Amino acid sequence: MTGPLAITITINGEPATRAVEPRLSLADFLRAEGFTGTHVGCEHGVCGACTIRVDGRTARGCLTLAVQCDGLEVETIEGATGNGCVADLQDAFIENNALQCGFCTPGMLLTADELLQENVSPTRTEIREHLSGNYCRCTGYQAIVDAVEQVARQRAERT
Amino acid sequence: MGETVTRSSKEITGGVHTPRQHDSAHKHVTGAAEYIDDMVEPAGTLHAYLGLSERANAVVKSMDLEAVRNAPGVVGVLTAADVPGENDLSPTHRHDEPVLADGQSAFYGQPIFAVIAETREQARRAATLARVDYEDRPHHTDVVSAMEAGYPHVTDPLQLSNGDAESALSSATNRLSGEMRIGGQDHFYLEGHIAMAIPGEDDEVTVFSSTQHPSEIQHMVAQALGTVSNAVTVHTRRMGGGFGGKETQGNQFAAVAAIAAKRWNRAVKIRPDRDDDMIATGKRHDFHVAYDVAYDDDGRIEALDAVFAARCGFSSDLSGPVTDRALFHCDNCYFLPNVRLRSRPMKTDTVSNTAFRGFGGPQGKIGGERVIEEIAYALGKDPLEVRKANFYGIGERNVTPYHQVVEDNIIHRIVEELEESSDYQARRQSVLDHNAKGGVLRKGISLTPVKFGISFTATWFNQAGALVHIYQDGSIHLNHGGTEMGQGLNTKVAQVVADEFQVDIETIRITATNTGKVPNTSATAASSGSDLNGMAAANACEQIKTRLVAYASEHFGVPQEQVTFVPNHVQVGNQLIPFHELVRQAYTHRVQLSAAGFYKTPKIHWNRETGQGRPFFYYAYGASVSEVTIDTLTGEYHVDRVDILQDVGKSLNPAIDLGQVQGAFVQGMGWLTTEELWWDGNGRLRTHAPSTYKIPLASDKPKEFNVELANWSTNKERTIRRSKAVGEPPFMLANSVLEALSMAVASVADYRECPRLDAPATPERILMAVERLKQG
Ligand code: FES
Ligand code: FES
Repeated sequence: MTGPLAITITINGEPATRAVEPRLSLADFLRAEGFTGTHVGCEHGVCGACTIRVDGRTARGCLTLAVQCDGLEVETIEGATGNGCVADLQDAFIENNALQCGFCTPGMLLTADELLQENVSPTRTEIREHLSGNYCRCTGYQAIVDAVEQVARQRAERT
Repeated sequence: MGETVTRSSKEITGGVHTPRQHDSAHKHVTGAAEYIDDMVEPAGTLHAYLGLSERANAVVKSMDLEAVRNAPGVVGVLTAADVPGENDLSPTHRHDEPVLADGQSAFYGQPIFAVIAETREQARRAATLARVDYEDRPHHTDVVSAMEAGYPHVTDPLQLSNGDAESALSSATNRLSGEMRIGGQDHFYLEGHIAMAIPGEDDEVTVFSSTQHPSEIQHMVAQALGTVSNAVTVHTRRMGGGFGGKETQGNQFAAVAAIAAKRWNRAVKIRPDRDDDMIATGKRHDFHVAYDVAYDDDGRIEALDAVFAARCGFSSDLSGPVTDRALFHCDNCYFLPNVRLRSRPMKTDTVSNTAFRGFGGPQGKIGGERVIEEIAYALGKDPLEVRKANFYGIGERNVTPYHQVVEDNIIHRIVEELEESSDYQARRQSVLDHNAKGGVLRKGISLTPVKFGISFTATWFNQAGALVHIYQDGSIHLNHGGTEMGQGLNTKVAQVVADEFQVDIETIRITATNTGKVPNTSATAASSGSDLNGMAAANACEQIKTRLVAYASEHFGVPQEQVTFVPNHVQVGNQLIPFHELVRQAYTHRVQLSAAGFYKTPKIHWNRETGQGRPFFYYAYGASVSEVTIDTLTGEYHVDRVDILQDVGKSLNPAIDLGQVQGAFVQGMGWLTTEELWWDGNGRLRTHAPSTYKIPLASDKPKEFNVELANWSTNKERTIRRSKAVGEPPFMLANSVLEALSMAVASVADYRECPRLDAPATPERILMAVERLKQG
């Protein structure tokens, strides 16, 4: 086994240089750094609770190794909250009751935001398809799709 | 907050019957809501991991744990011999469920030791290093093979009867019999099990647990430590989903963490990975149902004799009340004049099955609906017509198999309105027309009703406590015995308190469930959360209000009737005093501003020996229409449209209730369609991760999904603000999906035959049923 490797990851705009075990997942790394909004549900890439952004693209924190992100920019729900990029989605999730236990919510928001960046006016079917990598066991997805659809409309009106 | 905020005297925020958002919503969307794994760990926290057995039924001849002990970071290992108190977690005290198995493996995946290490990673790696020597015994994982092998019941079976089923069956106008298999279900709460124990002085320990039942965790931890309940404090802020899976199944993790914490005098956290969580904790019971029914030419049931056998697993856990509830619910909305129902809670060499939303009710109901479907196909009628012919009457034909009279029946109106709003008749005709054209894609539509009894059938569980403090500045601290798993219970109880004192809901702080604040609580289960805890909180508020009124009346010299709570103020005669101001004055006049509330459900009683009583305080009703399309070449299908009308009485919070209905329906749909548990020949669960076990995704939810609450409904019984429970009843609305799939399948043989589709109706099962019917 190799020993710890020194890496620098920019987390939510702040560079952090740490010595980490090569096998440490990005999700565990971020959680240990205090970014506990990155949840771990299944730890093998299916549920989406650990969704984060690496250099602007969503990724599964549990399937990404921390060492793979050396030199990259990582954004968690805490960072997205801080810079306001998902504020409208957050408001819409609250307003539409698109969460219950909330465990899926941070990942769901980042995935939804990715969709809306790629596709400014998705159909409900496109929303459902895009969110299909993020499990929610509580809501039945209806309110989540409603919320995303509402924000798509709002963002389209703004531009 | 406080003095600087001018609060409205017109209306409060967050009162009852308003669509208030979840109290933690703002924290959930930012990731700030704290689950146990997010808590700051005390310095030196150790991590535990369970070692699982690899035999379904075997004697453990020897366990070589040397390599485990010597692995990097390992602090120690626990086996059955290290349990200082009683090595039992049975919630019914049957001594059949060890914390760590002792010399015996009762299922493939049973925890046989625990390893404690400096990091979770180290503990997890070390747990794989054990060398265990087994002596295999024959095993039976399936309920039918267990019955054939003469396996015992894990708990006493129940029989319910009314009329004379035997003679009514022998003189039947028409008679048929059959059987059905109903699969189990993994809870798949997104947050898995977790506990963290922190040792205290003497024999004390504090346990943070993701549990629906802190009082039971407290009790089990005390028992396992060999101490008493007052040494153990259990704290639960929230769960990332529960669904029944955290009613008893958290005991094991809490007990192991607590034993280790006391032994090494350091904080200990335990979180199994998803696979171990799915392998080592119980699920919804699979059932086998055998039915024999007599019915007249209109489809009215003359008699029913049915046996409900359940895969209970190696121990009793909650299987007694779960199988009881299956019998209590197989009548659903239908009057059974002559009936005999029997349960068979079978021991199997599998994980011990447990509570899951509906608690046996869904299995009872889907079995009952199969009977209706059989009759409909035999008579060539729309199943809805047969359903209506069998509905409980109003004032007649209204006695259940357990001799409770159905007094609050609104199913006729629910179904009538839904039939109308969903355009059921016209849509059924177009489905028939579509299928008449032949072709690969076939459609099905079905309307099924639900009547679900509310109360714990163990009558003594129907009690609750709450603790309310008002501080000198007028801010309110609310605590109650229920737990928050996402269902919005805390929000609803806070709404009740806001309404009682007529203060804005922001005045109220909801605090974590804690056995030190409210003792002897029941599990947050049986949909009872807001019914019980809402009432207990209201009772606490009333006590404080009574004191405030007495004080104000005396101090200001006005009659008590002239002291009233109005929005954010108290009206004292002609004076309007801000609430916080009156509170401050009351404090200086030495008025006690804290109260412990209590509630127990009235009217209910149940005698299991005679099978008679009134186990349920009231019923919640609902109905759904599902339309599906199947591909007869592949067995794949879509749920095209679902319409729901659900009775929640006078809703405490329509937004939260709507979310419960939508979520429950989709979860029920998963149970009946894609969620399949599969054990291999060695008795090993092979569907132990989301890669092989498929819960519904956003793309699976009904394309068109119209959910309405019956806003005209009100609870006939005096429940909290006349609301009704909502957690479980809508789960069973998904029954219409299975029956719609069944209709689509039946179309390939021109509806001559009931397809007898078992659950879950996976695409494979649909395809097999299509092939079977085509071959006639
Ligand atoms: S925890 Fe990463 S996908 Fe489930
Ligand atoms: S809100 Fe619980 S998993 Fe989505």
